[in-house]
Amino acid sequence: MLDALGTILGILLILFVILGVLGVLALAVGTRAGRKKLLQLIVVLLVVTFFSFSLLHLTPGDPARTQKPFATEAQLRPIRKEIGLDKPFLVQYKDWLFDFVRGDFGKDYSTNLPVKDSIGKQLGVSLQLIFYAQFLALLFAIPLGILAAYKAGTWFDKIANSVAFGAIAIPPFVIAFVFIFYLAVQGGWFPTQQYVAFGTDPAEHIKHMFLPALSLAIAQIAIYMRLLRSDMIQTLQEDFITMAKAKGLTNRRILWRHALRPSSFTLLTAAALNFGALIGGAVVIEFIFQLPGMGLGLVTAVGTRQYSAVQAYVALIAVAFVLFNAFVDGVYSVLDPRIRHARVAAA
Amino acid sequence: MPESQPPESAGTALADEMETTGLVADAFTVEIAGVTAGVQPTRKRRLGFGAWLALVWLVGLIVAAIAAPILPIAGPNETFTSIQRAQAPFATISTPGGGTTTPFAEGHLLGGDRNGHDLLSRAVYGARNSLIVGFGAIAFGILVGGLLGLIGGYYRGRVDSVIVAFLDIMLAIPALVLALSLTAVLRGRVPDLWILVIALAIISVPVLGRITRANTLVWSEREFVTAARAQGAKNWRIMTREVLPNVLPAMFSIALLGVAVVISAEAALRLLGIGLSITDPSWGGIINDGRDFLTQGITAHVVFVGSAFIFFTILALNYLADVVRARFDVREAAI
Repeated sequence: MLDALGTILGILLILFVILGVLGVLALAVGTRAGRKKLLQLIVVLLVVTFFSFSLLHLTPGDPARTQKPFATEAQLRPIRKEIGLDKPFLVQYKDWLFDFVRGDFGKDYSTNLPVKDSIGKQLGVSLQLIFYAQFLALLFAIPLGILAAYKAGTWFDKIANSVAFGAIAIPPFVIAFVFIFYLAVQGGWFPTQQYVAFGTDPAEHIKHMFLPALSLAIAQIAIYMRLLRSDMIQTLQEDFITMAKAKGLTNRRILWRHALRPSSFTLLTAAALNFGALIGGAVVIEFIFQLPGMGLGLVTAVGTRQYSAVQAYVALIAVAFVLFNAFVDGVYSVLDPRIRHARVAAA
Repeated sequence: MPESQPPESAGTALADEMETTGLVADAFTVEIAGVTAGVQPTRKRRLGFGAWLALVWLVGLIVAAIAAPILPIAGPNETFTSIQRAQAPFATISTPGGGTTTPFAEGHLLGGDRNGHDLLSRAVYGARNSLIVGFGAIAFGILVGGLLGLIGGYYRGRVDSVIVAFLDIMLAIPALVLALSLTAVLRGRVPDLWILVIALAIISVPVLGRITRANTLVWSEREFVTAARAQGAKNWRIMTREVLPNVLPAMFSIALLGVAVVISAEAALRLLGIGLSITDPSWGGIINDGRDFLTQGITAHVVFVGSAFIFFTILALNYLADVVRARFDVREAAI
């Protein structure tokens, strides 16, 4: 039951980020500001992994005992050795970090399985969910934002803007419950829970992913729409738009071809940064819809007090988040000279 | 094409943030940008109808939460057989979707939940916990984040770099994941309510810190600061008497948004099975208690009551944040 799409998506995204980070590295080493940025990135990664590591030691009591509450003292001894509890704290961190980098994420002591085994599949599911949510969000937000800006000040704009303002105030889990009750339980059009891999049954896969993705997307639609609208209204005041109008171009062409691109900077930044940030929102949605992603994995690990696994999940999510943000940062400084120069001037 | 639209002020909060602090941002920042996009600065002295409505809702909630024990409502953990009988889930469980169960029983305005608790009472007592968590966490965030931001933005240089690095590191873990893991490891050491406040305060520090720093950077460039310095005022005095009052509106506006985010995060944690225990009512708790009814198709009523309180509160907070932002012309001040 290999989930082809999830795996491919995951590998592509990881490759993309690694390539991006490498590219940024190559560029960064060249300039003083770049080197500084790089040093900062390494420090952030070290601190973040150290924090994730110390989570196990923040728990009250003996970490080995907490994870295997019904074991005898003799059974706990090898576990303590495995976690490395007999060594000094910093040595433990070093060992843990080396294992982590090599892909050894520790063990879930309730099932005695390595965390690595489950994390691969979970990553695919989470990436799919986030990807679908972003796709839906942009799909709806861009036309709505353009239309609202074009009709700025009219009743359509006012209603769209107010509805969006309200939509931002609804937490994703509330939207999820509304969908589950009306569309899944009462309507019966969608399943309430569970995950079906794309490779198993594409149609069922879409059906199972639609409500979770849409629940995550609603607030994003509202946010993106408002961002695009606000930038677009400004763009539409520019001279080149007047010029395009004077040339007799159709409104559609002006809006989509001439105005959208210069207006999309804030929107794309928000969307790019949100990719990482949606990981947090996805935790609750995965839990409600019981999608076996990283979020559900983390929650399960917390619930069963498998803190070695919690360490791994938090570290992995944080490292991915930091690298992704660094990647976006790097790409932007390549794409937009204004940022690059601002950085150099600031440094 | 729209002709007579007044030009909106340049850039959004997000753009401001990016210019001053680099690109690292989180869901919190993006959400703030979304809420505040396209706010028109107004110089109106009077509050609009919406602002009054939001104020009345919030003040009403706070008063009700404080006065809960003397209000003529049931206790939050009192169970009523009338509610239990009215709900009788066992009679209708075999007909999902078409249940005849009514959530209402006589004398209970908002009905009751699975355990036979009165929902109005759960909501009012829940407001206590939800608001304590929301405002408590943000108060801590303002104190710590505000102090850091003020010092960083005022002194600049090395101090500033260290503070910015510190805030960026705090942003490096997605907020909900951070709150989840902190609550998880801290449970059992301190009372649940305090764990929540601490965990959610920690996620609010960097956001408030960065907004304070960005505004302090701008305001400490102004002539009156130079003038104060020329008159021999001490740094601390300049920071608190000259800069801080000007930075406060921006902080206040973000803090209101922050309370909204924290209230929603509290509910999310409660759903995940972490956070307050069942005897401590909160809005997230109401939703959690109603989940079984909803997924079994019996009634969505309980979940919706909890959701409605969260929704209206967040809406009111977001709206007021917007009003503050427009009134004090926060964005223009940041340019």
